[in-house]
This record gives sequence, structure tokens and C-alpha cells, in this order.
Amino acid sequence: MTDHALAVVRAGALTTVQDRGRPGHAHLGVPRSGALDRPAADLVNRLAGNPPGAAVLETTLNGCALRPRSTVTVAVAGAPCRVTVDARPVAWGAPVRVPAGALLDVGPAVSGVRTYVGVSGGIAVEPVLGSRSTDLLSGLGPAPLADGTVLPLGRPTGAYACVDVAPQPAPPIELVLRVTLGPRDDWFTREAVRTFVSRAYRVSPASNRIGLRTEGPALERTRPGELPSEGMVLGAVQVPPDGRPVVFLADHPTTGGYPVIAVVHAADLAAAAQAVPGTPVRFVAVRRR
Amino acid sequence: MKVLPVGEDALLVEVSSGEEAQALHAELLRRRAEGSLSAREIVPAARTVLLDGLDSPARLAAELTAAELPPAPPRARDVVEIPVRYDGPDLADVAVHWGVPEREVARIHAETEFRVAFCGFAPGFGYLTGLPPRYDVPRRATPRTAVPAGSLALAGPYTGVYPRSSPGGWQLIGTTDAVLWDHARVPAALLSPGTRVRFVPEADA
Repeated sequence: MTDHALAVVRAGALTTVQDRGRPGHAHLGVPRSGALDRPAADLVNRLAGNPPGAAVLETTLNGCALRPRSTVTVAVAGAPCRVTVDARPVAWGAPVRVPAGALLDVGPAVSGVRTYVGVSGGIAVEPVLGSRSTDLLSGLGPAPLADGTVLPLGRPTGAYACVDVAPQPAPPIELVLRVTLGPRDDWFTREAVRTFVSRAYRVSPASNRIGLRTEGPALERTRPGELPSEGMVLGAVQVPPDGRPVVFLADHPTTGGYPVIAVVHAADLAAAAQAVPGTPVRFVAVRRR
Repeated sequence: MKVLPVGEDALLVEVSSGEEAQALHAELLRRRAEGSLSAREIVPAARTVLLDGLDSPARLAAELTAAELPPAPPRARDVVEIPVRYDGPDLADVAVHWGVPEREVARIHAETEFRVAFCGFAPGFGYLTGLPPRYDVPRRATPRTAVPAGSLALAGPYTGVYPRSSPGGWQLIGTTDAVLWDHARVPAALLSPGTRVRFVPEADA
């Protein structure tokens, strides 16, 4: 291992390597994967002087701690948190220089779920089908970080951004998801479709990178059973037999048999990635352009 | 052919049979290869083909709705042969469902030419069709928590091979040492939609 590496001192609850994922292989059963809050991942890359597709770290709720073996520029964004270098507070949402051997601690999320850590040069694990992302559904890509993992870093290619603090949206207090109905809204009663777009749901603690699960009124179907398997898209709102909508996130299965009542607009999925369990959710129907 | 809009930039094209879905899939791949269709993903399934990442879904939807179903494509020339041992723990149950002696299951299965209708469930897991409808079998009432990699299995009208160990409810009729998925290999998947497949009993291989 060269000096261009990052030692994981504290892996946190679930920290994974993520980039823009591996779209284009869904016909082989390969999920797209990639950072759930893509604008945040893009931002830390921009701040750290990386190209947009560089691999970053995505933490879950309680951050992580890292020790670079060479001096690097780091940027932390997404879910707000306390950031320290050798116990000294440093900026969140701005480029930070971390000397070789110093301890970067990314604290627990103050609000939101997923904090992103960009490191100059990017995380340089071996790509699988063109992506370094960890896919928790299919197991492709590197394993989630463990204490003691050493991650190779790439060579820095660009200069870090000169900003004090980059503006970012705050994690949602209420998650409002714009949806277009279909393709299988006809599998539900009219009352159920009305319920879906008017009543309040909450983010379930069973949510993960595969799907944002919800709690709330069950949606009644007009017909029982399953559809023959059909292709699924990012943001699809699938309704399993318990009647509670599940919003498909990056590691979603490529095909499925439960009816999709609607699809969430891609621009709203970053907020979905940052909604903590218990957050109220509203689905708002928007007419197709 | 029914075209359903899916979100902002995808379409789900529904047809009435698996054969039609395969023909439509082949036609859409042909269009993408010649440059007249721009789609990030073309995902065939049991009765549908999903087109995702489209530039102008509304225009394509109108065009597809007016289009004739394409004829079945010429069959791929190459057949992937997969060596198997018909030694699965559910062989006896499948024989009962089929109403044949156990060793007949192996003979009937090995004499069938399969085609990968679509993939899903796990990278490299193909849903293979080819057996006549009278050989459909139900899933097991209680799924297994771990089905070994390389298990040859049946469910409904489909045959499949588990690329890696995973939970599963299919009826296990055999085992293969073939590597269904290896991301370091090009192509990573041994089976992709449209591939013709034969299972060759190992004693004869």
C-alpha cells in the first residue's frame, strides 16, 4: 500500500464508498447504486478538487473517523455534523487540509442521515462494472467500511475550491415528494390513490439504501396477487402487500412484482436520502410535463 | 402493445406474452444499436420492456403506440451449454408435480432448449423459458434461507441458476460448477436476455 491511503479508525454505523453508480446494467439484474444524496456527493468532490465522478464516503447517522497517510484536502457535506482534525474543530461544507497522520473525525449527524466525505484524489478502490460504489442489495463493489480498513486514494487532479462555506439545503423537517402517478395506479382503488396523495406518512426506521419505507394508511388494491415481474426505476413507489408505500432508492432491485403506484421526481430523492425515521412524508401528485 | 409512462423519463411497454416481450426487446436493442433510439436502460421482463433514461418519452410513446409488434427475431446462433448434475433435493417433488419418474425430470429438462427471457433478482440470474406450460411448478411453501451458488432451480414457468448463495424459494433440481457471474470477466454475466441455453448432464458432457 502506498502513502496515498486512508486508514479507517472508526467506521461508524454504515459507511460505504459511493460514486455515481453503475447505470446501464439493469438488464443483467445489476442495480444502479451510487450516492443517495447526489448533490452532496458532487459538492464534496467539487470542494476537494475532484472530478464529479470521484468516489467519496457516505456515512449513516453517526459519522466516521479517518487517518490519511499523506496530507490531503477533505470536504464534508450532506447531513450537518461536527468535524474535527486532531480534536480541533474545522469547517463543515468547506475544503479542509488534513495533514498526514492527523485524525479526521466526522461526528454524528446533527440533522439528516447521510454525511459525505470527499478526499482529494478520490477513494481509489478497484471499480466493478465502471463504478466503485458499494451496492448493498447485490453485494457488488467494496464491502462497507470496517475499523482498520485501509482505502487507497487516487492522485489529486484539480485544485480545491476557494469557498468559506458552500450553501446546501437543510435536511427536511417534512419530506414533500413530487410524484407522477402510474404505471400501476390502476391496481388501487380511487380512494387509495386519493389517500396516497393527500394523507400524511412517516419515514420508517426500516428504511435503507434500497428503499425509503413509510408508515401510514395502507393503500387498498382493486386486485390481489402480484404482477409478472417488470422493470423498476429509481424513485418508483412500490406498494407491497402490507399497503405501505416504499420509495426505491439507489440500490433498488431491477425488477419487481409489486405494483408501482407512482414515481418520485428525481430532484426530490436527495431530500429523501436525508429524512430521518419519523419525518412526516407527503406525496404530491404532479401532472406529467 | 400498451405504452405506460413511468415517472419523468421512462416508459413501460406492455405486451401479451413472453415471446412478444422478447421480440420487442430485440427490436429495441436493434434500434439503439443503429442510433435511432437513445435509452440508458432497456430492461425486458415477463410481459414488458422498460425503457429508462429517455430524452423525449412522450414522442417515443406516441411512436410505439402506433407501431406494429415486431416479428420474432432470428434466433441467436450460439447456444451456451451448462454442465449440470441433476441431484437437487427437490427432484422428487418436481417429479410428482410433473407426474413422471424422477430420472425423467432430468431427461425432459436436458432435452429442452431454453432462452433467457430476462434477468433480475441478482446480477447474472436469468429467468429461462422453454419448458411447456404443463411443467410449471409452484415455489416451495417455505423458502430456504440459503440456496447454494450453482443450484439449478425451477419456479412457475422458469428455470434459473443461482449465481451466488442466497435465500430462495425455487425448487432445486440440480447443481452446476459453471460460473454464472464474475465481475472480473468480460462479459460478467454468462447469461443475458436472449441467450439460448442447454443443460448438459455431466456424465454425457
